[in-house]
Amino acid sequence: MPITYTSGEQVEVYRFGIPVTIGVPLLALFLQAFIPLRFPRFAVYVDLPLLVTIFFAMARRSPIAGLFTGAFIGLAQDMLGHNPIGIYGIAKTVVGYGASSLGVKLDVENAGARFLVTLGFYLVHSAVYFTVARGMVNMTQTWSWPHGILAGLVNAFIGVFLYFLLDRFKQRT
Amino acid sequence: MESVLGRYRNLIILVGVLFLQVLGLAVQVKRGNSNTEEKDTRLIRIWAVGAISPFERGIVWIQNSSGNVWHNYFYLRGVRAENRQLKEQIEQMRLEQVRLTEDASQARRLQNLLAFKEQFIAKTVAAQVIGSSGSDLSRVVYIDKGKKAGIDRDMAVITADGIVGKVLLVYPNEAQVLLISDQSSGVGAILENSRLQGVLRGSPNGEVVLERIMSDETVQPGETVLTSGGDQIFPKGLHVGTVTKVGTGKDLFLNIKIRPAADLSKLEEVLVLVEKQERQATAEDHVRVRAADILAQRLPSVPDKPATDPKAISAASGPTASGSVKPASAAGTAPTKPPTNAAPSGTKPSVTGTQQTGTKLTPTASQRDAGTPPAAFGPIRNTKPKTTTDASTQAKPLSIQTVPNNEQKPAVTAQPNSQPPAQEDSPQ
Repeated sequence: MPITYTSGEQVEVYRFGIPVTIGVPLLALFLQAFIPLRFPRFAVYVDLPLLVTIFFAMARRSPIAGLFTGAFIGLAQDMLGHNPIGIYGIAKTVVGYGASSLGVKLDVENAGARFLVTLGFYLVHSAVYFTVARGMVNMTQTWSWPHGILAGLVNAFIGVFLYFLLDRFKQRT
Repeated sequence: MESVLGRYRNLIILVGVLFLQVLGLAVQVKRGNSNTEEKDTRLIRIWAVGAISPFERGIVWIQNSSGNVWHNYFYLRGVRAENRQLKEQIEQMRLEQVRLTEDASQARRLQNLLAFKEQFIAKTVAAQVIGSSGSDLSRVVYIDKGKKAGIDRDMAVITADGIVGKVLLVYPNEAQVLLISDQSSGVGAILENSRLQGVLRGSPNGEVVLERIMSDETVQPGETVLTSGGDQIFPKGLHVGTVTKVGTGKDLFLNIKIRPAADLSKLEEVLVLVEKQERQATAEDHVRVRAADILAQRLPSVPDKPATDPKAISAASGPTASGSVKPASAAGTAPTKPPTNAAPSGTKPSVTGTQQTGTKLTPTASQRDAGTPPAAFGPIRNTKPKTTTDASTQAKPLSIQTVPNNEQKPAVTAQPNSQPPAQEDSPQ
């Protein structure tokens, strides 16, 4: 019997309608591409597709669904840039898998847990991206802990509010 | 075996998905940034851009429409004062333009002496910025013009303030522009005063730096940076930015930070240089227009001659008159034909003018506004006058009495000569 830190009620698995499954990641990608035109700092500190990946992965509580969600959103994000396709894909696949695996074992319904989970996965995402970009693609990357933590806190803060908004689209299985 | 697979199923799928992505990444990296790589990833990039860009276009359109309504119909405070300021500015710029025109003319003459070839911007396409990559690790923007508007790879993208970047990928209706602040970009640049040449690159944190300038050179903050034209993308002399900080870099090179002239973080409209012309500089760039041609344009056209025997006309007028009575319109307007009552051979050339027709030469509207006489007035003395073969003009000199609306009433008189004056075009 697997050891979990959640009650039976908290381990409930959710599903989403097709419009939400497709529309929300698309909207996140659109906002991520559009908002920096008006607020340039947005792209530096906020990663909306990552927040959406974490939310869907945690809500579905299925590692396979989580990793595929992360892979698709990450690859789509790669396509909007000019770097080789797959860097964001790999990073978000790992995050999707990790978030859904964690969602099975932890109570991720309250704001505090969500804040910490998002902060942690933002750092994981940055670390994977940094490794792949520098190790495989030979991109010039510099790792900055202050920037990583600050951006992680910003994303976690936004994520808490975003998750409560997206909770409305949850459907019980 | 089945139990092992079942137990680690999630992990195996994770590894499989990651492996596939790593494989795809490796293929792209191995092929580099060649056209092959673009073809391989082109289709899926088109899908992604096609899914996102309609929303971006819609939002930009709504923003612009609402902004136009507000600015053009409601928010007009201070327009009069601004108009007055702009008029004063125009006057100052006119004075400046005179000086610059002289300088440019001199520069062209010198370039001509050196057989210097330079690039000119022949055609541009204006485009609206509709999106970005959404990542600080890929500094690209999307514009709303693509292949259908004539945009192609490696075309320069600029604003009125300075250069922006180059076209990286082209889709049917959109194009991806790599900004000069991206770390994979490179622009040939030259310092305006010291004439030191370097390579402009973006840094990982989005700053723009000028590389490849030796550390024993002196570069002052505040110096202007221009394009050098060495990259074959940007024409020479476009504004790049200003030096903000000079420090010691690595490998005996200076680390020069540049503040881009164009605000790369708030791009809205840009120009894509779709056509450049490389030609040798000439001393006079503009087309010479003879004063006589301008006069001919302003004169009323002579009505079509009645049907007469052309042989008789040529015999009567002789070579001088018939040769000079040509439609004098350089621009192809109001061709004048020799009148049928041609003078006999040896007729002195005379200027067709208002005396005969009773028509006044009037300046154009712009000339009236500027308070300047018609352009034909100045250099008329060196031009070959347009001649008529009217027999009545044989005995006395004819003159053109031009009466523009302003005070000036210059009179151009063509004295009867035994020989027509030497044909010498004079610039306007």
